[in-house]
Amino acid sequence: MELVGLTVDKFHSALKSGETTVEAVCKATFDRIEKLNPDLNVYLTVTKDSALERARQLDQQLAAGAELSPLFGVPTAIKDNICTKDVRTTCASKILDTFKPPYSATVVERLEAAGAVVVGKANCDEFAMGSSNENSAYGSVRNPWNLEHVPGGSSGGSAAAVAADLCIVALGSDTGGSVREPASFCGVTGLKPTYGRVSRYGLVAFGSSLDQVGPISKNAADSARVLGVIAGRDWHDSTSSEISVPDYLAALTGDIKGLKLGVPKEAFVEGLHPEVKARIQESIKNFESLGAEIVEVSLPHSEYAIADYYIIATAEASSNLARYDGVKYGFRDADAKTLQEMYKKTRDHGFGSEVKRRIMLGTYVLSSGYYDAYYLKAQKIRTILEQDFRKAFEACDLIVMPTAPVPPFKLGEKTDDPLAMYLADIYTVTINLVGVPGISIPSGFTSDGLPIGCQLIAPHFEEARLLQAADAYERSYPSNRYPNI
Amino acid sequence: MDKDFEAVIGLEIHAQLKTRTKIFCTCSAIFGGEPNSDTCPVCLGLPGALPVLNKEVVSMATKAALALNLHINHESIFARKNYFYPDLPKGYQISQYDRPFSERGWVEIPTSERDEQGRAVEWKKKRFHITRLHIEEDAGKSIHDGMPQSATKSYVNLNRSGVPLVEIVSEPDFRSSWEAYDYVQYLRKTLLYAGVCDGNMEEGSLRCDANVSVRLRGAEKFGTKAEIKNLNSFRFLQKALDYEIDRQIKTIKEGGKITQETRLWNDKEGKTYVMRSKEEAHDYRYFPEPDLPPLTVSTQYIEDISQHLPELPEARRERLQHLYELTMEESMLLTQTKEMADYYEQVTEASGNARLAANWVLSELLRELKNAGKEITECPVTARDFGDLVKLIADNTISGKMGKEVFEKMFQTGKSPQLLIEELGLKQITDPAEIESIVKTVVAANPKQFEQYKQGKQALFGFFVGQVMKASQGKVNPQLTNDILKKILDA
Ligand SMILES: [Zn+2]
Repeated sequence: MELVGLTVDKFHSALKSGETTVEAVCKATFDRIEKLNPDLNVYLTVTKDSALERARQLDQQLAAGAELSPLFGVPTAIKDNICTKDVRTTCASKILDTFKPPYSATVVERLEAAGAVVVGKANCDEFAMGSSNENSAYGSVRNPWNLEHVPGGSSGGSAAAVAADLCIVALGSDTGGSVREPASFCGVTGLKPTYGRVSRYGLVAFGSSLDQVGPISKNAADSARVLGVIAGRDWHDSTSSEISVPDYLAALTGDIKGLKLGVPKEAFVEGLHPEVKARIQESIKNFESLGAEIVEVSLPHSEYAIADYYIIATAEASSNLARYDGVKYGFRDADAKTLQEMYKKTRDHGFGSEVKRRIMLGTYVLSSGYYDAYYLKAQKIRTILEQDFRKAFEACDLIVMPTAPVPPFKLGEKTDDPLAMYLADIYTVTINLVGVPGISIPSGFTSDGLPIGCQLIAPHFEEARLLQAADAYERSYPSNRYPNI
Repeated sequence: MDKDFEAVIGLEIHAQLKTRTKIFCTCSAIFGGEPNSDTCPVCLGLPGALPVLNKEVVSMATKAALALNLHINHESIFARKNYFYPDLPKGYQISQYDRPFSERGWVEIPTSERDEQGRAVEWKKKRFHITRLHIEEDAGKSIHDGMPQSATKSYVNLNRSGVPLVEIVSEPDFRSSWEAYDYVQYLRKTLLYAGVCDGNMEEGSLRCDANVSVRLRGAEKFGTKAEIKNLNSFRFLQKALDYEIDRQIKTIKEGGKITQETRLWNDKEGKTYVMRSKEEAHDYRYFPEPDLPPLTVSTQYIEDISQHLPELPEARRERLQHLYELTMEESMLLTQTKEMADYYEQVTEASGNARLAANWVLSELLRELKNAGKEITECPVTARDFGDLVKLIADNTISGKMGKEVFEKMFQTGKSPQLLIEELGLKQITDPAEIESIVKTVVAANPKQFEQYKQGKQALFGFFVGQVMKASQGKVNPQLTNDILKKILDA
């Protein structure tokens, strides 16, 4: 069966018609991984044996007349900061090089219960900290559209795996754009759900008040399918919402006539790459031609979002990453003679430089004497940003803006300039601070053939509306292009 | 203590709530398992694990707060207290900081200085203020000795990690070690009454740290304080405070300065030692715990819990003292535990004699319990039986001396006093013929007194009663004896 462009729908049709089997598709996937992973560096761990074993079981169930569950037999990649029972989970960090969790994240349990076959653990920026996937302790992931370019981050492995057809769907995590930005850079669909929509239990924490697990897929329908499976209250996560989960697939009517699409006037300012600007404006026109009504809205405090985000996210990260101390699991520096030395050397040698930079930043903003000026003020700004969005959504149903200000940049281009790298998140971090859902959908290419993503944002828990618009758009304006690898 | 100086003490008590499971996971909170056996991803602090608040913790904290007259915040916030320690698996402790579970409480309790023999000098009631009571999780335990490779390694047992605690912080209201002592005793008693803590200091269910400073008597400003840790018994607490107060006064009188520091009580040497200076103090970088929503408790919830709260120790002590006309000491001893107070009240009810019941509970019962190494809850004598015994003594059915003998046997066998009296041959003589024969013998043996009685010395009636009692070893029924004696004497 042809893996390129294979979606769950097509795969399930082929299964039903007997054209293929789960095992055949999984085998083909592993063949493709063996061929392409050396160049792309997408997977840190491949779970071939367990996946094929499970594939055979599923085929038997099918032969015995089993119904197709939503993700029946679907080869799925899991970002390596999501715990998988007895399967190495490194967070792309040396400090967790040998760590095998004794439990699976709720999202993994739910995927498997829905029939998914986990094929491997996807590379990412170390502890999900980065926008280019260059912060992995196991080397950068390369962009399937051009191996000289970054795939985006931090869920770069997940996005590249989907783009290169090394799985059908993938899970990423999004703290400040980590699902949407790589989806944009790799020309695929990536959804960041409302904070609380999806359980965080088993997602290795970076910024606990911002983190969400989200699907990356080849179309909106597959994201709807995955979200339907992973969303919903989980008693293991006190911040997961009790709001019931709608039927996302049923929402994909293809009709968005009368949808009010808000364009923030602050979104098209200097620093926005001209080709990105052109593509997004074109996408907005396309939405209009589908019957959407375009309205101008304002998000007046957007300029504070990056600073705000890097205070809150790093503050939480500095505390979340304190547990990696060499005492209980993972890496411990063997040279240490005293307890203090063990902490220092383990953390110095176990963490990469971006992670250490953020731990220091976060420690600083929480320190006595600085807390009020940074952390407390940042929380106040967060409230103001929420008010901006609430107000904007009074005038529109969805907001549209670029996912990233630039197309995929070259490997090494921004690694010496952390601040320039942070600006890649300028359109995504606010969405996490506010907690609303956002999706990045393919929105054409640069003249060099690199993908550009368009971001749609909905009010809290309106993922169905988001997916409906994304689906309607791609039905009328399909990309129909695949990376040449 | 030097008369020119005054001590100022504040106390921080950590009390372990006796919930079945831990505060943020479903692991057992009861100790005794193999090291690290009562653990899961949450209390091991594994990557990706998240805390979920145990509701039983909230109900117990509510009881504790109500019992200490604290104002419970309808919304309180969990916070992370960040520091590195091997027995702290997440690198932070989930506690409360800015918005604690409850604030502004007090207790009003009897307190007294003690003389050289440790006896109370004079009980006076005093009100001590409580700043706050908040909820937090316990850390694990580092083990430095007794393990296979203890010479080169340290070990960590995380069974205790995630066990629920309340931290109860007092105002600096104590002016002597004995005030602090009486307060902690009372706090322990209250938590036991409320059924939320087992109060075992040796096992660490109740831990105490103190902030101590001294100032010239009458001065308004507080002196520089030292924090004293490791006060894990009542004896340590009192001794360490006295030592520290003396040390500070001596330092000041010798022209020295008190430095703000944390000190550790060393009981072997009877001294406090510097553990860390102010410069080494941690910056805990508290911030709101993003993994837990604010904890909300409704007025209705608080009311429901307060209705199930038992009468609290000091209220009960006062009631018992006034109702049964007890002394301060007696009422304190009888309300030492809720079970003791219940027992005493049941004995009183069964016997109808509160005074005698108090005497017997405080002397005979306490002695037998102590000798047997038993708690009141393990007492083999039911309060009903004890009450019957007291009644029999009160109405002179048996003598006090016999009562002691009977009680000892009751304690050994658990049998009822009536049964034992019969078995021991202490049973009353109620056969009129038998009594009459004893009376006749007594009258015959005392002709002189009989003559005087006949001549009108009615008071001698009592003498004859006594003689009959003596002759029968107190076994005759008093009422029958009276009747028969009267009949024979007046014949
Ligand atoms: Zn546990």
